[in-house]
Amino acid sequence: MDTPAIMVTVIGLALAGFVLWYFFFSARQTANAVSSSSGVQEVAITVKGGYSPDVIEVERGKPVQLSFYRDEENSCSEELLMPDFSIRRDLPAFKTTLVELLPKEAGTFTFTCGMGMLRGSLVVK
Amino acid sequence: MEPVTKTETLDIEGMTCASCASFVEKSLSRTPGVQRAMVNFATEKATVDYVPTQASPATLKEAVINAGYGVVERAPDTSAAERSAEIDRQKAVAYQKLKRRFGVAVGLALIIMPLSMLMLWPAIMQRINMQWLNYALLLLTLPVLLYCGREFYVSAWNGFKHRAANMDTLIAVGTGAAFLYSLAATVVPGFFTSRGLMPEVYYDTTATIIALILLGKVLELRAKTQTSAAMRSLIGLQAKTARVVRPDGAEVDVPIEQVQLGDLVVVRPGEKVATDGLITEGSSALDEAMLTGESLPVQKQVGDPVFGATLNKTGSFRFRVTKVGADTMLSQIVKLVEDAQGSRAPIQRLADKVSAIFVPTVVVIAILTFVLWFDLAPAGTRLPLALVNFVAVLIIACPCALGLATPTAIMVSTGKGAEHGVLIRNAEALEKAYQVNTVLLDKTGTITKGEPSVTDFWTLPGQEAGQLLQVVAAVERQSEHPLAEAVVRHAEAQGGANLPATGFRAVEGKGAAATVNGQVVLIGNRRLLADEGVSLSPTLITQAEQLLGQAKTVLYIAVAGQAVGLIGVADTVRATSAAAIKKLQALGIEVVMMTGDNAETAAQVAGQVGITRYFAEVLPADKAGKVKELQAEGRTVAMVGDGINDAPALAQADIGLAIGSGTDVAMEAAGITLMRSDLGGVVTAIELSRQTIRTIKQNLFFAFVYNTLGIPVAAGLLYPFFGILLSPMLAAGAMALSSVSVLTNSLRLRSFNNH
Repeated sequence: MDTPAIMVTVIGLALAGFVLWYFFFSARQTANAVSSSSGVQEVAITVKGGYSPDVIEVERGKPVQLSFYRDEENSCSEELLMPDFSIRRDLPAFKTTLVELLPKEAGTFTFTCGMGMLRGSLVVK
Repeated sequence: MEPVTKTETLDIEGMTCASCASFVEKSLSRTPGVQRAMVNFATEKATVDYVPTQASPATLKEAVINAGYGVVERAPDTSAAERSAEIDRQKAVAYQKLKRRFGVAVGLALIIMPLSMLMLWPAIMQRINMQWLNYALLLLTLPVLLYCGREFYVSAWNGFKHRAANMDTLIAVGTGAAFLYSLAATVVPGFFTSRGLMPEVYYDTTATIIALILLGKVLELRAKTQTSAAMRSLIGLQAKTARVVRPDGAEVDVPIEQVQLGDLVVVRPGEKVATDGLITEGSSALDEAMLTGESLPVQKQVGDPVFGATLNKTGSFRFRVTKVGADTMLSQIVKLVEDAQGSRAPIQRLADKVSAIFVPTVVVIAILTFVLWFDLAPAGTRLPLALVNFVAVLIIACPCALGLATPTAIMVSTGKGAEHGVLIRNAEALEKAYQVNTVLLDKTGTITKGEPSVTDFWTLPGQEAGQLLQVVAAVERQSEHPLAEAVVRHAEAQGGANLPATGFRAVEGKGAAATVNGQVVLIGNRRLLADEGVSLSPTLITQAEQLLGQAKTVLYIAVAGQAVGLIGVADTVRATSAAAIKKLQALGIEVVMMTGDNAETAAQVAGQVGITRYFAEVLPADKAGKVKELQAEGRTVAMVGDGINDAPALAQADIGLAIGSGTDVAMEAAGITLMRSDLGGVVTAIELSRQTIRTIKQNLFFAFVYNTLGIPVAAGLLYPFFGILLSPMLAAGAMALSSVSVLTNSLRLRSFNNH
């Protein structure tokens, strides 16, 4: 192996390691729902290449209102799926779409885009 | 008659604590005409059951205001039709934009490609300055990158910031790498030549990949809009206006949103029924195919329910509005189908898991591909080879096909099901129905019409038949059992007195008892009489056996401890039952019948429809047990039923199918609801589920095979053995086609027709 090959190998492995760490093991942005005066747990989520925040903690048994603001036109994020709650919604671009649900059981429930690439989770405690 | 109540939901404002809620609740409860009021503090909603003749939404609102709170006037609900129209409009705009970008990309790629191939003709190349040609290609590629492909880079960057990687990430990294390499070769060719490398450019690769991916997206979007076509046409069925009769008798056309509960609406021949209600005047035949899949018009008269969106064929009638907006049957169907489309089939789980880790994994594989090629290829070509294979791996690994495999099939088939009057609650139900090998049918209301009528009334000599019938009817009037209703109908048709009965008691699965004219009257099956210690005379037994031999249900009558007569009741088999059961059997499914009737009646009906195995004399409470029994035999059981007493069995079965004319409870417990009251729907549901799951399996197979085979080929695994490398452009073409082929396969379900 010559010097360029060694360099490419080292940089390549480091890059591969970074990709794995960055996408799978780095810390996630967690948010707790804010309870409104009426007892509804409200969370605002921005959709732009992903969901921010993408981990949302809510309490069990109280109604949850998620407001998704889709801040892009990219077709990847145009659909929202929450299979555990039988929810499929179109998220129009640059608009807020309200999604209401009542988490009856504790657990972690994934929500994704239509193809399951963008992911977030609702943690019910 | 019991007053008919209505339910109103009010949005309450101003409540700050739970005691406010109870205050509002009290105020509503005290309002005359209100039977029940429930206020949910969390959702800020009040649900009120009231008698419409004594209270109205206005008086309810007044009660809330009097309590010191407010009622939010719900903005006229943007109807499902409007919502879907708005989303459709947005999608149409996006589609136009996409097509424009695709057009530009194709146009430029068509110039870039031949220019890049000039090097194949050395004679021409000698006359052209390579440097200038590269700059020209760069200028032509820039619009493709910055205008046509901009979305990929923006999306990839946004995703990267969120630690999310999608297909755009792959395209952006792939085309970006090819472009940046070409840019370097164009701007600083000396860097390459000094190291013994040809300063090759890959502008054609970049432009063609973007054009092909956009082609895939254009086709994908077009196909995707077709997946929800059935839903949209369902929503589009809603009438826009209704002809309301004003109190002064004038008929006025009003927008459907303004129609109120209790309004009187006129429907003329050929018009759509505006919303749900009960006919108050006139009669007609209605085409309800859009809701039930039933192709024949249904005759309706005064007192019969009509449903919004159905078509009035022959007569003119008036109906009283009982449901509007989201409560109508059509809206409920739309909601149910929408829910089903949002659910996920268990079969998708593996694809989900793969999707979640797919893109980052592919990026890692692409990096390793680059490293290996760079390390192992001959020094002179290692950089271009490493780059080309790196790009090919990224581009071929489109996760779209994987992501689209299940949802598109579910979308098409749930919509298609609704068209046929088969409502599928969720994707899991669809998947369960596919596995069914045994169908358990409840006899009454499922195989038969469920409307028994009295065929024989037989009394022992010395009994006054007319009088006894009225005595029996007095008892049965208190009962809600369908057999009792038949007896009452029969008695009423004969005319006569309406006798009072006291001390009524229903004995589950056996019959009923009450005191009439001071004597205890028992009416029910033989077990009831036996339990009560009443013995039967031989003539009575002979007569009963005769009736039983004719597949009739026998009700025994005892007055003051003496058996005095018999009533023969028959429930006719639906015209379609035998054919449907035959079809199910042809599908390789065993059909089993279950009934509360005695063995003779059961055998008669089973024989009529071609069923060989049946359970007779099953008490309502044991129905679920029979399902368990079959499951214990290792069968996957579909239970078909219609009544409240079927609910536990429907829930116990692997998949429950509720017959639509049945109760809400049964529908709640069922995974599939059949809007049409015949067994043809069971065949449709099972065939549809089989086709859907087959389609999903094909889709998943293609998607997995495509990715698992595509990636190693793109990485150059075949090169050492066969010298085969996958051009990134070919990879882009394959990728564009992969998702389109999965979508096309799902769309084939649209041609589903079991008739």
